[in-house]
Amino acid sequence: MTELKSWKEMKKAGIVEAASSLKVKTGNWKVFKPVIDNKKCIRCFKCVIYCPDFCIFEKNGKIERDLDYCKGCGLCAKLCPVKAINMERK
Amino acid sequence: MKKKVAMTGAQAVAEAMRQINPDVAPVYPITPQTPIMETFAHFVANKKVDTELVRVESEHSAMSIAVGASAAGARVMTATSSQGLIYMSEVLPIASGLRLPIVMNVVNRALSAPINIHCDHSDSMACRDFAWVQIYSENNQEVYENTLLAQKLAEKAELPVMVMQDGFITSHCLENVEILDDKNVKKFIGEYNPEFSLLKNNITYGAIQLPDYNFETKRQQADAMEMVKRIFIEVGEELSKLTGRKYGYFEDYKLNDAKYVAVVLSSSAGTAKTVVDKLRKKGKKVGLLKPILFRPFPYEEIRNALNGKKIAVLDRSESFGAVPPLCAEIKNALGCKVKIQSYVFGLGGRDLSGKDVEKVFDDLIKGKFDEKIKYLGLRE
Repeated sequence: MTELKSWKEMKKAGIVEAASSLKVKTGNWKVFKPVIDNKKCIRCFKCVIYCPDFCIFEKNGKIERDLDYCKGCGLCAKLCPVKAINMERK
Repeated sequence: MKKKVAMTGAQAVAEAMRQINPDVAPVYPITPQTPIMETFAHFVANKKVDTELVRVESEHSAMSIAVGASAAGARVMTATSSQGLIYMSEVLPIASGLRLPIVMNVVNRALSAPINIHCDHSDSMACRDFAWVQIYSENNQEVYENTLLAQKLAEKAELPVMVMQDGFITSHCLENVEILDDKNVKKFIGEYNPEFSLLKNNITYGAIQLPDYNFETKRQQADAMEMVKRIFIEVGEELSKLTGRKYGYFEDYKLNDAKYVAVVLSSSAGTAKTVVDKLRKKGKKVGLLKPILFRPFPYEEIRNALNGKKIAVLDRSESFGAVPPLCAEIKNALGCKVKIQSYVFGLGGRDLSGKDVEKVFDDLIKGKFDEKIKYLGLRE
Protein backbone atom coordinates (compact mmCIF):
# COMPACT_ATOMS: atom_id res chain seq x y z
CA MET A 1 0.00 0.00 0.00
CA THR A 2 1.46 3.39 -1.00
CA GLU A 3 1.40 6.26 1.50
CA LEU A 4 -1.53 8.64 1.06
CA LYS A 5 -0.68 12.22 0.13
CA SER A 6 -1.76 15.32 2.08
CA TRP A 7 -3.94 17.97 0.41
CA LYS A 8 -0.91 20.18 -0.08
CA GLU A 9 0.98 17.53 -2.05
CA MET A 10 -1.87 16.49 -4.33
CA LYS A 11 -2.64 17.67 -7.85
CA LYS A 12 -5.67 19.97 -7.80
CA ALA A 13 -9.20 18.77 -8.50
CA GLY A 14 -8.39 15.05 -8.30
CA ILE A 15 -6.62 15.19 -11.66
CA VAL A 16 -4.80 11.94 -12.35
CA GLU A 17 -2.53 10.71 -15.10
CA ALA A 18 -4.35 9.20 -18.03
CA ALA A 19 -4.41 5.38 -18.28
CA SER A 20 -3.88 5.02 -14.53
CA SER A 21 -5.86 1.76 -14.69
CA LEU A 22 -2.71 0.13 -16.08
CA LYS A 23 -1.26 0.52 -12.59
CA VAL A 24 -4.36 -0.62 -10.73
CA LYS A 25 -5.52 -4.20 -11.15
CA THR A 26 -9.25 -3.79 -11.50
CA GLY A 27 -10.16 -7.47 -11.66
CA ASN A 28 -9.95 -8.07 -7.92
CA TRP A 29 -13.63 -7.91 -7.15
CA LYS A 30 -14.86 -10.67 -9.45
CA VAL A 31 -16.70 -13.60 -7.93
CA PHE A 32 -16.58 -15.93 -10.94
CA LYS A 33 -13.72 -16.44 -13.39
CA PRO A 34 -13.97 -17.85 -16.94
CA VAL A 35 -12.36 -21.24 -17.49
CA ILE A 36 -11.69 -22.04 -21.15
CA ASP A 37 -11.65 -25.48 -22.70
CA ASN A 38 -9.48 -24.95 -25.80
CA LYS A 39 -10.30 -28.45 -27.10
CA LYS A 40 -14.00 -27.54 -27.43
CA CYS A 41 -13.24 -24.09 -28.83
CA ILE A 42 -14.09 -23.62 -32.55
CA ARG A 43 -12.18 -20.29 -32.88
CA CYS A 44 -15.23 -18.14 -33.65
CA PHE A 45 -13.68 -15.36 -31.52
CA LYS A 46 -17.06 -14.13 -30.28
CA CYS A 47 -15.63 -13.98 -26.75
CA VAL A 48 -12.63 -11.94 -27.96
CA ILE A 49 -14.86 -9.45 -29.77
CA TYR A 50 -17.45 -9.02 -27.03
CA CYS A 51 -15.32 -8.97 -23.86
CA PRO A 52 -15.93 -5.44 -22.47
CA ASP A 53 -12.48 -5.36 -20.85
CA PHE A 54 -10.37 -6.89 -23.65
CA CYS A 55 -9.52 -9.72 -21.26
CA ILE A 56 -9.92 -12.59 -23.71
CA PHE A 57 -7.48 -12.92 -26.59
CA GLU A 58 -5.71 -15.42 -28.79
CA LYS A 59 -2.12 -16.31 -28.03
CA ASN A 60 -0.10 -19.04 -29.80
CA GLY A 61 -3.24 -20.52 -31.28
CA LYS A 62 -5.02 -20.69 -27.90
CA ILE A 63 -7.73 -18.54 -26.30
CA GLU A 64 -6.40 -17.01 -23.08
CA ARG A 65 -7.64 -14.69 -20.29
CA ASP A 66 -6.25 -11.74 -18.39
CA LEU A 67 -7.56 -12.29 -14.88
CA ASP A 68 -5.94 -9.05 -13.60
CA TYR A 69 -8.63 -7.07 -15.36
CA CYS A 70 -11.46 -9.57 -15.93
CA LYS A 71 -14.48 -8.54 -13.80
CA GLY A 72 -16.13 -11.92 -14.13
CA CYS A 73 -19.19 -10.64 -15.98
CA GLY A 74 -19.67 -13.99 -17.75
CA LEU A 75 -20.54 -12.50 -21.13
CA CYS A 76 -17.96 -14.77 -22.84
CA ALA A 77 -19.48 -17.90 -21.36
CA LYS A 78 -22.99 -16.80 -22.30
CA LEU A 79 -21.98 -16.07 -25.90
CA CYS A 80 -19.88 -19.17 -26.56
CA PRO A 81 -21.82 -21.28 -29.13
CA VAL A 82 -20.10 -24.55 -28.08
CA LYS A 83 -20.03 -23.94 -24.31
CA ALA A 84 -16.25 -23.99 -24.22
CA ILE A 85 -16.20 -21.37 -21.42
CA ASN A 86 -17.45 -22.08 -17.91
CA MET A 87 -17.74 -19.61 -15.06
CA GLU A 88 -16.23 -21.02 -11.88
CA ARG A 89 -15.83 -19.54 -8.40
CA LYS A 90 -12.59 -17.58 -8.15
CA MET B 1 -8.97 55.59 -25.50
CA LYS B 2 -12.07 55.12 -23.44
CA LYS B 3 -15.44 55.81 -25.02
CA LYS B 4 -18.84 56.39 -23.48
CA VAL B 5 -21.71 54.43 -24.94
CA ALA B 6 -25.34 54.13 -23.84
CA MET B 7 -25.84 50.44 -23.10
CA THR B 8 -28.07 48.13 -21.14
CA GLY B 9 -26.40 45.99 -18.48
CA ALA B 10 -26.85 42.98 -20.74
CA GLN B 11 -25.18 44.76 -23.65
CA ALA B 12 -22.36 45.90 -21.39
CA VAL B 13 -21.67 42.27 -20.46
CA ALA B 14 -21.81 41.19 -24.12
CA GLU B 15 -19.35 43.99 -24.91
CA ALA B 16 -16.97 42.74 -22.20
CA MET B 17 -17.33 39.23 -23.63
CA ARG B 18 -16.54 40.53 -27.12
CA GLN B 19 -13.36 42.14 -25.81
CA ILE B 20 -12.38 39.01 -23.87
CA ASN B 21 -13.07 36.91 -26.99
CA PRO B 22 -13.61 33.50 -25.31
CA ASP B 23 -12.87 30.30 -27.22
CA VAL B 24 -16.22 28.69 -26.44
CA ALA B 25 -19.60 30.07 -25.34
CA PRO B 26 -22.35 27.48 -24.83
CA VAL B 27 -25.84 28.93 -24.76
CA TYR B 28 -29.41 27.87 -24.28
CA PRO B 29 -32.17 30.45 -24.46
CA ILE B 30 -34.37 29.21 -21.60
CA THR B 31 -37.10 31.50 -20.29
CA PRO B 32 -36.21 33.83 -18.76
CA GLN B 33 -33.18 34.54 -20.95
CA THR B 34 -31.52 37.90 -21.16
CA PRO B 35 -30.14 39.85 -24.11
CA ILE B 36 -26.56 38.97 -23.06
CA MET B 37 -26.14 35.89 -25.22
CA GLU B 38 -28.43 37.33 -27.90
CA THR B 39 -26.14 40.35 -28.25
CA PHE B 40 -23.07 38.14 -28.12
CA ALA B 41 -24.52 35.84 -30.81
CA HIS B 42 -24.58 38.88 -33.12
CA PHE B 43 -20.87 39.40 -32.49
CA VAL B 44 -20.25 35.75 -33.36
CA ALA B 45 -22.40 35.92 -36.51
CA ASN B 46 -20.67 39.13 -37.63
CA LYS B 47 -17.23 37.60 -36.97
CA LYS B 48 -16.31 40.21 -34.37
CA VAL B 49 -15.03 37.34 -32.18
CA ASP B 50 -13.41 33.96 -32.77
CA THR B 51 -15.73 32.25 -30.32
CA GLU B 52 -17.38 28.95 -31.04
CA LEU B 53 -20.98 29.51 -29.97
CA VAL B 54 -22.42 26.12 -29.06
CA ARG B 55 -26.20 25.97 -29.07
CA VAL B 56 -27.42 23.19 -26.83
CA GLU B 57 -30.71 21.68 -25.72
CA SER B 58 -30.78 22.84 -22.09
CA GLU B 59 -28.96 24.92 -19.50
CA HIS B 60 -27.76 21.67 -17.95
CA SER B 61 -26.05 20.91 -21.27
CA ALA B 62 -24.80 24.49 -21.56
CA MET B 63 -22.89 24.17 -18.29
CA SER B 64 -21.77 20.64 -19.23
CA ILE B 65 -20.28 21.94 -22.48
CA ALA B 66 -18.64 24.72 -20.50
CA VAL B 67 -17.05 22.11 -18.21
CA GLY B 68 -15.86 19.94 -21.13
CA ALA B 69 -14.48 22.85 -23.13
CA SER B 70 -12.76 24.34 -20.11
CA ALA B 71 -11.18 21.01 -19.18
CA ALA B 72 -9.92 20.81 -22.78
CA GLY B 73 -8.12 24.10 -22.13
CA ALA B 74 -10.51 26.61 -23.72
CA ARG B 75 -11.48 29.98 -22.30
CA VAL B 76 -15.21 29.63 -21.66
CA MET B 77 -17.93 32.14 -20.87
CA THR B 78 -21.69 31.90 -20.67
CA ALA B 79 -24.65 33.71 -19.14
CA THR B 80 -27.87 32.68 -17.51
CA SER B 81 -30.64 33.75 -15.19
CA SER B 82 -33.18 32.44 -12.71
CA GLN B 83 -34.52 28.97 -13.69
CA GLY B 84 -31.63 28.56 -16.11
CA LEU B 85 -29.12 28.83 -13.27
CA ILE B 86 -31.07 26.34 -11.19
CA TYR B 87 -31.30 23.97 -14.16
CA MET B 88 -27.49 24.20 -14.38
CA SER B 89 -27.10 23.57 -10.70
CA GLU B 90 -26.11 19.90 -10.94
CA VAL B 91 -23.12 20.85 -13.06
CA LEU B 92 -22.09 23.98 -11.12
CA PRO B 93 -20.21 22.10 -8.37
CA ILE B 94 -18.56 19.99 -11.08
CA ALA B 95 -17.14 23.15 -12.65
CA SER B 96 -15.79 24.32 -9.30
CA GLY B 97 -14.75 20.82 -8.16
CA LEU B 98 -12.64 20.45 -11.30
CA ARG B 99 -11.33 23.99 -10.70
CA LEU B 100 -12.32 25.25 -14.14
CA PRO B 101 -12.17 29.04 -14.59
CA ILE B 102 -15.54 29.47 -16.32
CA VAL B 103 -16.99 32.97 -16.13
CA MET B 104 -20.76 33.23 -16.09
CA ASN B 105 -22.89 36.33 -15.91
CA VAL B 106 -26.04 35.81 -13.90
CA VAL B 107 -28.93 38.21 -14.23
CA ASN B 108 -30.65 37.96 -10.85
CA ARG B 109 -34.30 37.05 -11.12
CA ALA B 110 -36.90 35.36 -8.95
CA LEU B 111 -37.39 31.61 -8.95
CA SER B 112 -40.62 29.91 -9.91
CA ALA B 113 -43.24 29.20 -8.48
CA PRO B 114 -45.23 31.35 -8.82
CA ILE B 115 -43.56 32.18 -12.12
CA ASN B 116 -42.39 35.78 -12.06
CA ILE B 117 -39.15 36.59 -14.04
CA HIS B 118 -38.50 39.91 -12.22
CA CYS B 119 -35.53 40.81 -10.07
CA ASP B 120 -34.60 39.23 -6.80
CA HIS B 121 -31.53 37.34 -5.65
CA SER B 122 -33.08 33.93 -4.98
CA ASP B 123 -31.30 32.31 -7.93
CA SER B 124 -27.66 33.13 -7.21
CA MET B 125 -28.14 32.94 -3.44
CA ALA B 126 -29.38 29.38 -3.84
CA CYS B 127 -26.01 28.63 -5.48
CA ARG B 128 -23.85 30.35 -2.89
CA ASP B 129 -22.31 27.15 -1.53
CA PHE B 130 -21.26 25.68 -4.88
CA ALA B 131 -17.67 26.98 -4.55
CA TRP B 132 -18.12 29.57 -7.29
CA VAL B 133 -16.74 33.04 -6.65
CA GLN B 134 -19.67 35.48 -6.51
CA ILE B 135 -19.41 39.16 -7.44
CA TYR B 136 -22.45 41.47 -7.26
CA SER B 137 -22.71 44.59 -9.43
CA GLU B 138 -24.70 47.76 -8.81
CA ASN B 139 -24.94 49.28 -12.28
CA ASN B 140 -24.05 48.80 -15.95
CA GLN B 141 -20.56 50.21 -15.55
CA GLU B 142 -19.81 47.90 -12.64
CA VAL B 143 -21.06 44.78 -14.37
CA TYR B 144 -18.90 45.59 -17.41
CA GLU B 145 -15.79 46.04 -15.30
CA ASN B 146 -16.58 43.14 -12.96
CA THR B 147 -16.83 40.82 -15.98
CA LEU B 148 -13.32 41.81 -17.10
CA LEU B 149 -12.03 41.45 -13.55
CA ALA B 150 -13.77 38.08 -13.17
CA GLN B 151 -12.07 36.61 -16.24
CA LYS B 152 -8.59 37.30 -14.95
CA LEU B 153 -9.52 36.39 -11.38
CA ALA B 154 -11.00 33.05 -12.47
CA GLU B 155 -7.88 32.07 -14.40
CA LYS B 156 -5.51 33.07 -11.60
CA ALA B 157 -7.56 31.43 -8.85
CA GLU B 158 -8.49 28.38 -10.95
CA LEU B 159 -12.09 28.74 -9.86
CA PRO B 160 -15.30 29.59 -11.72
CA VAL B 161 -16.80 33.03 -11.18
CA MET B 162 -20.39 34.27 -11.29
CA VAL B 163 -20.93 37.95 -11.96
CA MET B 164 -24.35 39.16 -10.89
CA GLN B 165 -26.49 42.10 -11.91
CA ASP B 166 -30.12 42.91 -11.15
CA GLY B 167 -32.69 41.59 -13.62
CA PHE B 168 -34.39 44.35 -15.64
CA ILE B 169 -33.19 47.11 -13.29
CA THR B 170 -29.72 47.02 -14.79
CA SER B 171 -29.89 44.24 -17.39
CA HIS B 172 -32.55 45.92 -19.52
CA CYS B 173 -32.05 49.62 -18.68
CA LEU B 174 -29.79 52.01 -20.56
CA GLU B 175 -26.97 53.84 -18.87
CA ASN B 176 -23.79 55.47 -20.10
CA VAL B 177 -21.00 52.94 -19.88
CA GLU B 178 -17.35 53.83 -20.26
CA ILE B 179 -15.86 51.16 -22.51
CA LEU B 180 -12.13 50.48 -22.47
CA ASP B 181 -10.02 50.23 -25.56
CA ASP B 182 -10.04 46.70 -27.09
CA LYS B 183 -6.24 46.58 -27.11
CA ASN B 184 -5.97 47.46 -23.44
CA VAL B 185 -8.50 44.82 -22.46
CA LYS B 186 -6.67 42.22 -24.53
CA LYS B 187 -3.43 43.11 -22.79
CA PHE B 188 -5.08 43.06 -19.36
CA ILE B 189 -6.77 39.68 -19.92
CA GLY B 190 -3.66 38.12 -21.50
CA GLU B 191 -3.16 34.65 -22.89
CA TYR B 192 -4.78 31.69 -21.18
CA ASN B 193 -2.35 28.88 -20.47
CA PRO B 194 -3.90 26.43 -18.01
CA GLU B 195 -1.62 24.23 -15.92
CA PHE B 196 -3.56 21.13 -17.00
CA SER B 197 -5.66 20.66 -20.10
CA LEU B 198 -6.97 17.59 -21.84
CA LEU B 199 -5.59 18.71 -25.18
CA LYS B 200 -2.05 19.31 -23.92
CA ASN B 201 -1.52 16.90 -21.05
CA ASN B 202 -1.93 13.18 -20.71
CA ILE B 203 -4.43 13.41 -17.85
CA THR B 204 -7.89 12.43 -16.67
CA TYR B 205 -10.33 15.03 -15.32
CA GLY B 206 -13.17 13.85 -13.13
CA ALA B 207 -11.97 10.37 -12.17
CA ILE B 208 -13.71 8.77 -9.20
CA GLN B 209 -12.28 9.77 -5.85
CA LEU B 210 -13.17 7.58 -2.91
CA PRO B 211 -13.07 8.35 0.85
CA ASP B 212 -9.25 8.06 0.88
CA TYR B 213 -8.78 11.23 -1.23
CA ASN B 214 -12.01 13.19 -1.69
CA PHE B 215 -11.77 15.05 1.62
CA GLU B 216 -8.30 16.36 0.71
CA THR B 217 -9.56 17.64 -2.66
CA LYS B 218 -12.36 19.54 -0.92
CA ARG B 219 -9.79 21.04 1.47
CA GLN B 220 -7.85 22.28 -1.57
CA GLN B 221 -11.01 23.97 -2.82
CA ALA B 222 -11.47 25.74 0.51
CA ASP B 223 -7.88 26.94 0.26
CA ALA B 224 -8.36 28.13 -3.33
CA MET B 225 -11.43 30.10 -2.23
CA GLU B 226 -9.42 31.70 0.59
CA MET B 227 -6.74 32.77 -1.93
CA VAL B 228 -9.37 34.56 -4.05
CA LYS B 229 -9.38 37.49 -1.63
CA ARG B 230 -5.73 38.31 -2.34
CA ILE B 231 -6.05 37.71 -6.09
CA PHE B 232 -9.18 39.91 -6.25
CA ILE B 233 -7.22 42.86 -4.88
CA GLU B 234 -4.21 42.20 -7.17
CA VAL B 235 -6.33 41.93 -10.31
CA GLY B 236 -8.42 44.91 -9.16
CA GLU B 237 -5.29 47.06 -8.85
CA GLU B 238 -4.26 46.08 -12.36
CA LEU B 239 -7.70 46.93 -13.77
CA SER B 240 -7.69 50.13 -11.80
CA LYS B 241 -4.76 51.36 -13.92
CA LEU B 242 -7.05 51.19 -16.96
CA THR B 243 -10.31 52.43 -15.48
CA GLY B 244 -9.15 54.73 -12.70
CA ARG B 245 -11.67 53.15 -10.33
CA LYS B 246 -10.97 51.17 -7.17
CA TYR B 247 -11.97 47.54 -6.68
CA GLY B 248 -12.59 46.49 -3.10
CA TYR B 249 -14.51 43.69 -1.43
CA PHE B 250 -17.26 46.19 -0.73
CA GLU B 251 -18.11 49.83 -1.34
CA ASP B 252 -18.40 52.12 1.66
CA TYR B 253 -20.54 55.17 1.12
CA LYS B 254 -20.27 57.88 3.78
CA LEU B 255 -19.53 55.06 6.14
CA ASN B 256 -16.53 56.25 8.15
CA ASP B 257 -18.30 58.64 10.52
CA ALA B 258 -21.74 57.05 10.11
CA LYS B 259 -23.60 55.80 13.19
CA TYR B 260 -26.43 54.14 11.29
CA VAL B 261 -25.63 51.88 8.38
CA ALA B 262 -27.65 50.02 5.79
CA VAL B 263 -26.06 46.99 4.10
CA VAL B 264 -27.50 46.11 0.70
CA LEU B 265 -26.36 44.41 -2.52
CA SER B 266 -26.49 45.48 -6.17
CA SER B 267 -28.76 48.11 -7.72
CA SER B 268 -30.69 48.84 -4.50
CA ALA B 269 -27.47 50.37 -3.17
CA GLY B 270 -28.02 53.14 -5.72
CA THR B 271 -31.42 53.93 -4.19
CA ALA B 272 -29.94 53.77 -0.71
CA LYS B 273 -27.14 56.21 -1.63
CA THR B 274 -29.72 58.82 -2.68
CA VAL B 275 -31.43 58.42 0.67
CA VAL B 276 -28.11 58.64 2.53
CA ASP B 277 -27.38 61.94 0.74
CA LYS B 278 -30.82 63.28 1.61
CA LEU B 279 -30.57 62.35 5.30
CA ARG B 280 -26.98 63.62 5.52
CA LYS B 281 -28.24 67.04 4.42
CA LYS B 282 -30.55 66.93 7.41
CA GLY B 283 -27.53 66.21 9.61
CA LYS B 284 -28.23 62.50 10.20
CA LYS B 285 -25.13 60.33 10.47
CA VAL B 286 -26.14 57.62 8.06
CA GLY B 287 -24.06 55.53 5.69
CA LEU B 288 -24.07 52.54 3.40
CA LEU B 289 -22.06 49.38 2.87
CA LYS B 290 -22.51 47.56 -0.42
CA PRO B 291 -20.84 44.13 -0.48
CA ILE B 292 -19.36 43.28 -3.89
CA LEU B 293 -17.44 40.06 -3.25
CA PHE B 294 -19.94 37.70 -1.64
CA ARG B 295 -18.00 34.43 -2.08
CA PRO B 296 -15.48 34.28 -0.52
CA PHE B 297 -17.05 36.55 2.09
CA PRO B 298 -14.66 39.17 3.55
CA TYR B 299 -15.66 38.73 7.21
CA GLU B 300 -12.73 40.50 8.81
CA GLU B 301 -12.80 43.56 6.56
CA ILE B 302 -16.55 43.96 6.96
CA ARG B 303 -16.28 43.55 10.74
CA ASN B 304 -13.71 46.36 10.82
CA ALA B 305 -15.86 48.59 8.62
CA LEU B 306 -19.07 48.07 10.63
CA ASN B 307 -17.63 47.95 14.12
CA GLY B 308 -19.64 49.99 16.64
CA LYS B 309 -22.38 51.03 14.22
CA LYS B 310 -26.14 50.40 14.26
CA ILE B 311 -26.78 48.09 11.36
CA ALA B 312 -29.70 47.10 9.15
CA VAL B 313 -29.19 44.45 6.48
CA LEU B 314 -31.50 44.45 3.47
CA ASP B 315 -31.81 41.11 1.68
CA ARG B 316 -33.42 40.64 -1.71
CA SER B 317 -33.87 36.91 -1.10
CA GLU B 318 -35.19 34.67 1.63
CA SER B 319 -33.58 31.72 3.32
CA PHE B 320 -36.95 30.35 4.36
CA GLY B 321 -36.90 29.22 7.95
CA ALA B 322 -33.49 30.80 8.56
CA VAL B 323 -31.67 34.16 8.58
CA PRO B 324 -31.63 35.66 5.05
CA PRO B 325 -28.32 35.05 3.21
CA LEU B 326 -26.65 38.47 3.40
CA CYS B 327 -27.81 39.12 6.96
CA ALA B 328 -26.49 35.71 8.03
CA GLU B 329 -23.01 36.66 6.78
CA ILE B 330 -23.07 40.10 8.40
CA LYS B 331 -24.18 38.53 11.70
CA ASN B 332 -21.37 36.02 11.35
CA ALA B 333 -18.88 38.82 10.74
CA LEU B 334 -19.93 40.81 13.80
CA GLY B 335 -20.77 38.08 16.30
CA CYS B 336 -24.02 37.28 18.05
CA LYS B 337 -23.77 40.08 20.66
CA VAL B 338 -24.33 42.81 18.05
CA LYS B 339 -27.98 43.53 17.31
CA ILE B 340 -28.56 43.59 13.57
CA GLN B 341 -31.93 44.36 12.03
CA SER B 342 -32.80 42.01 9.19
CA TYR B 343 -35.03 43.21 6.36
CA VAL B 344 -36.33 41.37 3.33
CA PHE B 345 -37.40 43.48 0.36
CA GLY B 346 -38.06 43.43 -3.35
CA LEU B 347 -38.96 39.77 -3.85
CA GLY B 348 -40.35 39.05 -7.31
CA GLY B 349 -39.26 42.48 -8.54
CA ARG B 350 -41.15 44.65 -6.03
CA ASP B 351 -39.53 48.10 -6.21
CA LEU B 352 -37.54 49.43 -3.29
CA SER B 353 -38.53 53.06 -2.88
CA GLY B 354 -36.54 55.84 -1.27
CA LYS B 355 -39.25 56.02 1.39
CA ASP B 356 -38.64 52.36 2.29
CA VAL B 357 -34.95 53.05 2.85
CA GLU B 358 -35.77 56.21 4.84
CA LYS B 359 -37.96 54.08 7.08
CA VAL B 360 -35.05 51.70 7.63
CA PHE B 361 -32.77 54.54 8.78
CA ASP B 362 -35.59 56.11 10.78
CA ASP B 363 -36.15 52.88 12.71
CA LEU B 364 -32.39 52.48 13.27
CA ILE B 365 -32.13 56.03 14.64
CA LYS B 366 -35.17 55.55 16.91
CA GLY B 367 -33.79 52.22 18.10
CA LYS B 368 -36.86 50.28 16.96
CA PHE B 369 -35.36 46.82 16.87
CA ASP B 370 -37.17 43.60 16.15
CA GLU B 371 -35.67 40.13 16.57
CA LYS B 372 -37.85 39.02 13.67
CA ILE B 373 -37.31 39.84 10.02
CA LYS B 374 -39.01 43.06 8.91
CA TYR B 375 -40.52 43.14 5.43
CA LEU B 376 -40.14 46.30 3.33
CA GLY B 377 -42.82 47.29 0.85
CA LEU B 378 -45.06 44.36 1.76
CA ARG B 379 -48.84 44.69 2.26
CA GLU B 380 -49.29 43.41 5.82
